[in-house]
Amino acid sequence: MRLDPQLPQGPVADAWSRCRQDLSLIAPANRRHFRVLVVGSGLAGASAAASLAEQGYQVRLITYHDSPRRAHSVAAQGGINAARNYQNDGDSVERLFRDTVTGGDFRAREAGCHRLAEISGSIIDQCVALGVPFAREYGGTLSNRSFGGSQVSRTFYARGQTGQQLLYAVVQALLRQVEAGRVELCPQRDLLDLITLEGVARGAICRHRLSGALETHTAHAVLLASGGYSNVFHRSTNAVRSNASALWRSHRRGALMANPCFTQIHPTCIPSGDPDQSKLTLMSESLRNDGRVWLPRQPGDQRRPDQVPEAERDYFLERLYPSYGNMVPRDVASRRARELCGAGHGVGPAGRSIYLDFNEAIERQGRAVIEARYGNLFSMYERITGADPYREPMRIYPAPHYTMGGLWVDYHLMSTIPGLFVLGEANFSEHGANRLGASALMQGLADGLFIAPATVPAWLAEHQHPVIDPEHPACRAALESVRQRIIRLRSTGGSQPAEGLRRRLGALLIESCGISRSAAGLRSGLAEVAALQASFDQDLLLPDPGTPLDPELEKALQLEDYLELADLMLRDALAREESCGAHFREEHQSESGEALRRDAEFSHIAAWEWRADGPPIRHQEPLHFSLISPTARSYR
Amino acid sequence: MSGPSSLSLTLRIWRQRQDEPTGRFLDHHLTDLSPDLSLLEALDRLNQQLLLEGERPVHFDHDCREGICGSCGFMINGQAHGPRSGTTVCQLYLRDFSDGQVLTLEPWRARAFPLIQDLAVDRSSLDRLLMAGGYVSVNIGSAPEANALPVGLDVAAQAFEAASCIGCGACVAACPNASASLFVAAKLAHLELLPQGQPEAPRRSRQMRQRMETEGFGACGNQLECSAVCPKEIPSSLISRMNRQASD
Repeated sequence: MRLDPQLPQGPVADAWSRCRQDLSLIAPANRRHFRVLVVGSGLAGASAAASLAEQGYQVRLITYHDSPRRAHSVAAQGGINAARNYQNDGDSVERLFRDTVTGGDFRAREAGCHRLAEISGSIIDQCVALGVPFAREYGGTLSNRSFGGSQVSRTFYARGQTGQQLLYAVVQALLRQVEAGRVELCPQRDLLDLITLEGVARGAICRHRLSGALETHTAHAVLLASGGYSNVFHRSTNAVRSNASALWRSHRRGALMANPCFTQIHPTCIPSGDPDQSKLTLMSESLRNDGRVWLPRQPGDQRRPDQVPEAERDYFLERLYPSYGNMVPRDVASRRARELCGAGHGVGPAGRSIYLDFNEAIERQGRAVIEARYGNLFSMYERITGADPYREPMRIYPAPHYTMGGLWVDYHLMSTIPGLFVLGEANFSEHGANRLGASALMQGLADGLFIAPATVPAWLAEHQHPVIDPEHPACRAALESVRQRIIRLRSTGGSQPAEGLRRRLGALLIESCGISRSAAGLRSGLAEVAALQASFDQDLLLPDPGTPLDPELEKALQLEDYLELADLMLRDALAREESCGAHFREEHQSESGEALRRDAEFSHIAAWEWRADGPPIRHQEPLHFSLISPTARSYR
Repeated sequence: MSGPSSLSLTLRIWRQRQDEPTGRFLDHHLTDLSPDLSLLEALDRLNQQLLLEGERPVHFDHDCREGICGSCGFMINGQAHGPRSGTTVCQLYLRDFSDGQVLTLEPWRARAFPLIQDLAVDRSSLDRLLMAGGYVSVNIGSAPEANALPVGLDVAAQAFEAASCIGCGACVAACPNASASLFVAAKLAHLELLPQGQPEAPRRSRQMRQRMETEGFGACGNQLECSAVCPKEIPSSLISRMNRQASD
């Protein structure tokens, strides 16, 4: 299989504007004859649905939530990047582009990253127009703060609730189109299969969560904006019902999965306490602007933090990375934290946390300033842990947070299944091997507001497949396979609930395929996943609850997908014999413990093809750099 | 930290299947709970127990479990979102309760929120209120430069506070009249305070208030329970603001 990323020919810097000039159009009066199915109501899905509906297409939006406003974009705290240089501190499109490519450790496409940086400013314009109450200066202009992996202030924010405010803005734009009759909202649906005919995406099979009915939704094109797959790990910062099913079922129907082992472990999360704890809560990266990360110099130091004198504290990020200090990218901060905790310096229960200390910032700037900046985060921390971060340092630890990997897409955001587009975190996108803070919201909105609304119509104009009837044999076969799958799971008749199996899978995966990976660990991970798969196949407990509403069935369906996905992540991590960004292979590191890329062998995107009757096949899309030459990342 | 190292709770939970016209309270006992567990995690544990005992698990809405998605919400001993102010149900920890306590959990009760099952209700009426005008009618692609319209720091902060409503429905559940006045007033304030939302302000206000009636929400009776239970502490003064502007 040859992967064609459809990159525009010629210079990267104006590739997107040249590409747009050549995209086919559909006349306004004809647009209503095209039906687009959007899966997911987060930033990417809601904004794409609203944009396409405004243009005049018929849109149907599917979400598992009861309301589109609940999609997990709502939980993004810190902010959204844009190259506006409002702070006059040297920012530019070129600089955001370079930070993104470098932050991703040269494992993303230049053209895509450049387009993202170009579009970033328009996203802010649009969001302000839609009523996002961004933070402002006294003079009324927009305020910015800085984030990890950059030396400029380009992050726009709405306190610690930026994702919430952006999501509400695009959901409101979406609801306006629902009222206008151009979007049909289908909440409470889980996508369980993709319908393809002659290799082209034609719709999806969904289960209505309340009625239990299996439904067939057909369309001219399908847009997946179903988010990432961090919940394959036991306890991530994702919402507990976020899942990988839409993505994985599309993969099984022929969409290649790119770089599945590129997963981000966010350094600043509230560590786990009780074994029954269901998830981990993120503390925004913006806190590192004022909070200082430290550990006791002495391993096994049991003293309370205020009893540890200044000279006996190791501000290890400031020590190791003087030029970026506490604002190094996430992968670097997480790795160093894990390393020192492993060497016995960790604090808190089981020595599995590090301090994030605001004492100096409060003394220098006053409590009121810190409270205005981070008040809601501090109270969230206090609520969860029962400790007061104004008085004692926060205890934090890395947790799975975001997945850079995802379905492979070309420059037009189309997967290897024609007619199936993938947006937002669900695609493998522009973040390479590590995403910079405040870039997820930027990418989700770039995809949904501007890129898909240009490329999807062009595809529709050139490929006029009619919408197939729900009774078409292709639809009936897909529906029947879902029905049989549910019957099969129900008839297992075992003794283990899905939840316990899922915890074991997630725990083994974070151990073998988390912050640090080795060939031996990955191989034993593969064996453990196979053993768990056997337990799942033979010993799943899934009783019929007697009502259609059945969260246990949902969990079992999701777990079946996670088991296969975990296997692929381990294979991908094993095959990538280098360290890059968040993918740290212990065999490949410099003397100072930094990631060692192997560009000659691995300057490519790995895209995996699913096979029913054998191991997956690894394909490669080589990466080329013309504007920026790959160097070793240095944040020292 | 003080308090017991583990505690026991009796959860008296409203149980009503989707197909039943009414339900009943059932007592469920939980022991050996860590005070660091959240209330929803205690419910998770109960559900695992019920599953192994062959009983139907308790249904409740939840997702982000960090107080921002607005999915969760039910009454705890008659209080929407329970005893702590400014908090959703998912942000309640067992250290907020005492050993041996009986907690009565029941769903939001309002005509506009039909019951789904056990503790979950259908709140899609809130989305339909927004559809009536809770937006700025600007098409994607036609936005002016972001700094073209200055917005004062205080105004932006007020708009943000109003916009922080998470659509959980606690205000409706706590109101004796099951009014959605706080929800509507917050959206109106968010959009009217900002210059971007002002051109269509009168129409938005008229349509959203009308829709509130047709969706079966009651009228505001000035009890101010809504604001008292709001997990985002949205002030009831926004309702006065809405009514004042409507009568202008």
